[in-house]
Amino acid sequence: MDVLTLSRLQFGFTVGFHYIFPVLSIGLGLLLVIMEGMYLRTRKPLYHAMTHFWVKIFGLVFALGVATGIVMEFQFGTNWSTYSRYVGDVFGSALAAEGIFAFFLESGFLAILLFGWNKVGPKMHFFATVMVALGAHFSAIWIVVANSWQQTPAGHHVVTSGLATRAEIVDFWQMVLNPSSFDRIWHVFMGCWQAGAFFVISVSAWYLLRRRHTEFARISLKIGLMVAVIASMTQLVSGHSSAQNVAENQPAKLAAFEGHYPSAAPADMYLFGWVDEANGAVHGVKLPGMLSFLVNGSTDAPITGLASFPPDQRPPVNIVFQTYHVMVAVGMALILFSWLGLICWWRGTLWEKRWLLWVLVVSVLLPQIANQVGWITAEVGRQPYTVYGLLRTSESLSQVVTSGEVLSSIVAFALIYALLFVLFIYLLNEKIQTGPDETPEPEGHRA
Amino acid sequence: MNLDLNSIWFVLVGGLFAGYAVLDGFDLGVGALHLFARSDIDRRMLLNSIGPVWDGNEVWLVTGGGALFAAFPEVYASVFSGFYLAFMLLLFALIFRAVAIEFRSKRPGATWRTSWDISFSAASILSALLIGVALGNIAYGIPLDARHEFAGSFLSLLNPYALLVGVTTVSLFVMHGAIYVVIKTEGELNARARHWTRNGIIFFVIMYAVTTMVTLLYVPHMTELIRAYPVLFVLPVLNVLAIANIPRQIHRGREFQAFLSSCAAVFALLALFGFGMYPDMVFSSPDAGNSLTIYNAASSAPTLKIMLIIAAMGVPLVLAYTISIYWIFRGKVKIESHSY
Repeated sequence: MDVLTLSRLQFGFTVGFHYIFPVLSIGLGLLLVIMEGMYLRTRKPLYHAMTHFWVKIFGLVFALGVATGIVMEFQFGTNWSTYSRYVGDVFGSALAAEGIFAFFLESGFLAILLFGWNKVGPKMHFFATVMVALGAHFSAIWIVVANSWQQTPAGHHVVTSGLATRAEIVDFWQMVLNPSSFDRIWHVFMGCWQAGAFFVISVSAWYLLRRRHTEFARISLKIGLMVAVIASMTQLVSGHSSAQNVAENQPAKLAAFEGHYPSAAPADMYLFGWVDEANGAVHGVKLPGMLSFLVNGSTDAPITGLASFPPDQRPPVNIVFQTYHVMVAVGMALILFSWLGLICWWRGTLWEKRWLLWVLVVSVLLPQIANQVGWITAEVGRQPYTVYGLLRTSESLSQVVTSGEVLSSIVAFALIYALLFVLFIYLLNEKIQTGPDETPEPEGHRA
Repeated sequence: MNLDLNSIWFVLVGGLFAGYAVLDGFDLGVGALHLFARSDIDRRMLLNSIGPVWDGNEVWLVTGGGALFAAFPEVYASVFSGFYLAFMLLLFALIFRAVAIEFRSKRPGATWRTSWDISFSAASILSALLIGVALGNIAYGIPLDARHEFAGSFLSLLNPYALLVGVTTVSLFVMHGAIYVVIKTEGELNARARHWTRNGIIFFVIMYAVTTMVTLLYVPHMTELIRAYPVLFVLPVLNVLAIANIPRQIHRGREFQAFLSSCAAVFALLALFGFGMYPDMVFSSPDAGNSLTIYNAASSAPTLKIMLIIAAMGVPLVLAYTISIYWIFRGKVKIESHSY
């Protein structure tokens, strides 16, 4: 394989693996704030035990996020140095801002969150929890801003001097508030909240099925369900708004979502299907005119199709089509499951509905899948560019790195990450099996 | 030397990396010494001495990398792509180190713990060595072409001078880490850490002297600025005085002052390196004309100004968090239920 394919594989694999963890730490961060906030209000030992238990899991998740995240910070330079030279002036500032404003906040207060139980009072500990959650959200804001600039570049101009051409900032705020930043930040936040909520829901449902830690599990499950309903409904709005944004700013990507080829015709929405890229057709079950309706409010509004773009400016259509449809289907399933859970809780039947509890146990995988395929949709949909319309992926590579070097690093990453994943699941399972420490006396806190 | 925007950013990026060396330096050093502690409880003491702070310390490296990317993208691009395999090794070492700290105490088994002990220690030593090798190459000079692309090979990076700087970095961090263990422990472990400190100082002083001689003889461009501005002699003098002060303070029982001296020694060494490089950022050899400087490698002036505003807002916050955390976790380590 050539360096380009290998480097793309390596970036996709390492960022995909990394992205398992930050979504959980952002989502769990919010849930920890709720749980510890409840403890401060009620002073019930149960909430204390609950916070303690989830903090331990948070620590494990966070450590893997840090270990795999440091790779991302440097991989732009190692594998995509031409990209780095081209965008450093613009993209680098967002990355540096992430370090200064998010990582220091997060890691500093994480120390108190994990190890400070006996060093600070309960209020200070709660403050640290809030700061860690805030830091995790800030970090998402800056990295999504940087990525959104790649999707919808703004606030820059392109300058050539000597041998080098690059993008330079003209207006910092225009770069930060580029056309897709806001929609995409919300979309990512809700994806993270869903991941955190369904994680808590899954573990709690499992305890209920095993009739262990019942009181703990019921309350955890309720908190999880409330966050899940709010996040899933907000995600529906955010997803719609994001798609409209893509329609306006990245028409080729929108056309790929539904495999829409005609240059200006009403567009359908598929429930599922397969794109025949050679003949520009989709085989599947569709709702006629639905994409036109969602984008423009009318089933016969014309939508710019892939035929309007020369073949070398189109993304790989079928991959984008499939990942997009999986994301949407999972999003719908999450809305369904969270409402089902909530309604059964209101009617008081949730604790006896074993099939539903089993569904909730398995549901932990769904937000993870949606987050992964959602990012594949966003990133593959931007192809063949790294910076939409400005810089092609094929022109972004490091010039001096050989395929042998990338091959050896990709093999090493595969082995190391496989080991980490197995150990993560093993240790996570062990923590869940051990369960919360429900001794009535809240240990630790200095009054 | 005039203090323009590019020079300010040279100092700021250097400050982040110096902050990294001072802070993560001691926890890499603790990692290097980890296997010298024989019993499980002693090893847990070492891990927990850095437990609340190592992650925050590593953020200095990540943010330094981000600031380098933003302020000097050419350096970021040339060095990281040029040193591809070396940086991949460094990343693997940092990954193993992070998970070793987290995983080790999760299970009681002796094999489990010993494996992670070895991972932690080997990864710490390898990280320190590779950071030093990278610095050594940047100072000695690497072949760069007119587009600032690296024109050497992985093996050419493992030249004697770079390896010497690598080993010196390990010795610096071992000394620094040993003193940190002294201030964080009591009793028998504390006595052993004092012993490590004495040997660490000897190890470092020897390496420091050799590196200085070799640099004077073979890497003359590193001393140009000092020749032009003799006032900079204060740095090596400060460095020697700071190191000499360490055993004196320990002898008097002022462990914290000894640690501050060690911090000052690390900082002075990095400052010396920075002044040696200035205004180059990566020295090109044999064709010095292709060197990356604070001017030809920098982002545009508007970006540097915006980043300066970001730094002015962020740095006071960062210092406030850092100082608070170290204050909250001051004093000797105790093993508790939520410890590693």
